[in-house]
Amino acid sequence: MITALTVFVVAIFLGVELINKVPPTLHTPLMSGANAISGITLVGALTCAYKLGDHADPTVANVLGCLAIFAATVNVVGGFLVTDRMLGMFGGKKGGE
Amino acid sequence: MANEHQAPQDAATHTAVPAHAPAKDQTAAVKEGIQVAYLVAIVLFVMAIKRLSKVKTALGANRLASLAMLIAVAGAIGVYSLSNPLDWRWIVGGVVAGALVGGIAARVVPMTDMPEMVALLNGSGGSASFLVALAVLGETTGQWSKMPAGATLAEALSMNEALGTGPVVAVTLLLSILIGAVTLTGSLVAYGKLSGRMSGNAIVFGGQHPLNFALGLLTLGAALWLGFGNVAPEHAWYFAGGVTLLALVLGVLLVIPIGGADMPVVISLLNSYSGVAASMTGFVLANNLLIVSGALVGASGLILTKIMCDAMNRSLLNVLMGGFGMTAGAAGGEKTEYKNVKSMSAEDLALMLDGVSSVIFIPGYGLAVAQAQHVTRELADVLTARGCTVRYAIHPVAGRMPGHMNVLLAEANVPYEQLVEMEQINADFKTTDLVIVLGANDVVNPLALTDPQSPLAGMPILHAHEARNVVVVKRSLGAGYAGIKNTLFEYDNCHMLFDDAKRALQTTLQELKAA
Repeated sequence: MITALTVFVVAIFLGVELINKVPPTLHTPLMSGANAISGITLVGALTCAYKLGDHADPTVANVLGCLAIFAATVNVVGGFLVTDRMLGMFGGKKGGE
Repeated sequence: MANEHQAPQDAATHTAVPAHAPAKDQTAAVKEGIQVAYLVAIVLFVMAIKRLSKVKTALGANRLASLAMLIAVAGAIGVYSLSNPLDWRWIVGGVVAGALVGGIAARVVPMTDMPEMVALLNGSGGSASFLVALAVLGETTGQWSKMPAGATLAEALSMNEALGTGPVVAVTLLLSILIGAVTLTGSLVAYGKLSGRMSGNAIVFGGQHPLNFALGLLTLGAALWLGFGNVAPEHAWYFAGGVTLLALVLGVLLVIPIGGADMPVVISLLNSYSGVAASMTGFVLANNLLIVSGALVGASGLILTKIMCDAMNRSLLNVLMGGFGMTAGAAGGEKTEYKNVKSMSAEDLALMLDGVSSVIFIPGYGLAVAQAQHVTRELADVLTARGCTVRYAIHPVAGRMPGHMNVLLAEANVPYEQLVEMEQINADFKTTDLVIVLGANDVVNPLALTDPQSPLAGMPILHAHEARNVVVVKRSLGAGYAGIKNTLFEYDNCHMLFDDAKRALQTTLQELKAA
């Protein structure tokens, strides 16, 4: 438990150090890209899709898990794609003009 | 590119079928391998976050992050299919539906609607976290009901081998429900305000803060009672449902008092919450990958929140308390009347533009509403072709989300080098012939510099008033956000062009081309 807390705290500091100064141009893509990363909950959501041994019928956990998978995938796919689209516009211009 | 975005689908459909109970040592080896895959994903996420904050590397960074996500999801499916038979219907169904919705939304959303999109994405991240927490709780009730009477949820959770150990599991499970649910409804309200489906004004009422405080305490208390109190397993769902409902209501109440112009702060903060919620889920599932990735996102959201608050010279608490300017508006009602305002037409603007050698555009939310980014760039092109220097001054909180103006102008193919940050451009206004303010208001209000009593006092602004001439394109003199008078409009060198930014600039452009 202490290990997990340590990891959490160190990761927060690491994040702050890593990003530190962001040019305003990247504020939106950083936000949407980081948001896609927070869709990592998908990994957690997958656990809830367990078929629980003798239960042939879907359990409440299954249904909630499926909804969680749906929400997390929207987050991941939507977030990465839209960030890619935005950054593509920034990049295209630099080369083009 | 295409493959990466279908990542989760590929992972779901192509990874190995559930193994037929492999030998124990083999399973252990695979599990260790998957821990390595998680580690790789963590390293890639760290690199991606770092590179996302540099213009040159950002595009690659985003793709790197999606690769890391693919590795993580493939690893997760691998390890789960070993320890338990998976029901693929749930996974494939959820992933395909989610990828379709997310993918289509990301493709079709216009750049002007990006704040709404980000708000909804934050909400989906938050809802995923609290749904996972609820599902874990649901799984636990089975075990819980077999335990002797009087056993708490925390004790039941600690019996589950798949989860972390100790009371931290119960605490973080409850926190994921609370933070996730607040993020969901908070984001939905933010979406409502941004999309104009509900009033963008701050909604305040008497006793609001005490009510929110009390509701917050009640929610926390109920959550703690569910985790550690004397709750019977068969009642767990009622309690969990109640706690979730309270948190959902709290999310609404926390965001309604915050006005539209403060949305950049709210969106950044909700972004941070969605990361923290994921991190909490990581504690529940004893998964370092979730803990680290969530913390990174939480940190990046916090940094943006701080940048936004600094740009308004306000504390986070001040923004969150909401109702900004309400008191000022009430006290200074008579002060919002303007004297000595000179108005002009789009034709006059065209004449004025004829002889200038330097122009700075100051875009604001009005530009986004009017969708005037393309015509602005066309006008800039014509001016540049005539040998005039054109630049854009970008205030950090212009618009409704961090970086809003940059995204809009990038969509219109405005060269990146022409966008100049506030600190760099402020000294140049003195030597600029003409400043054209497009739907911006508070960020050019000289009151912030001159009146220490003003609610805007101390907010860094763009020094548009120092230019030789200023033209403010605005639909009306109507009080800006929260009714703070903009003294710029009364300056001798300032002219008002009362029109929608797009229509005004179109007319100007025609006149200029005809001349």
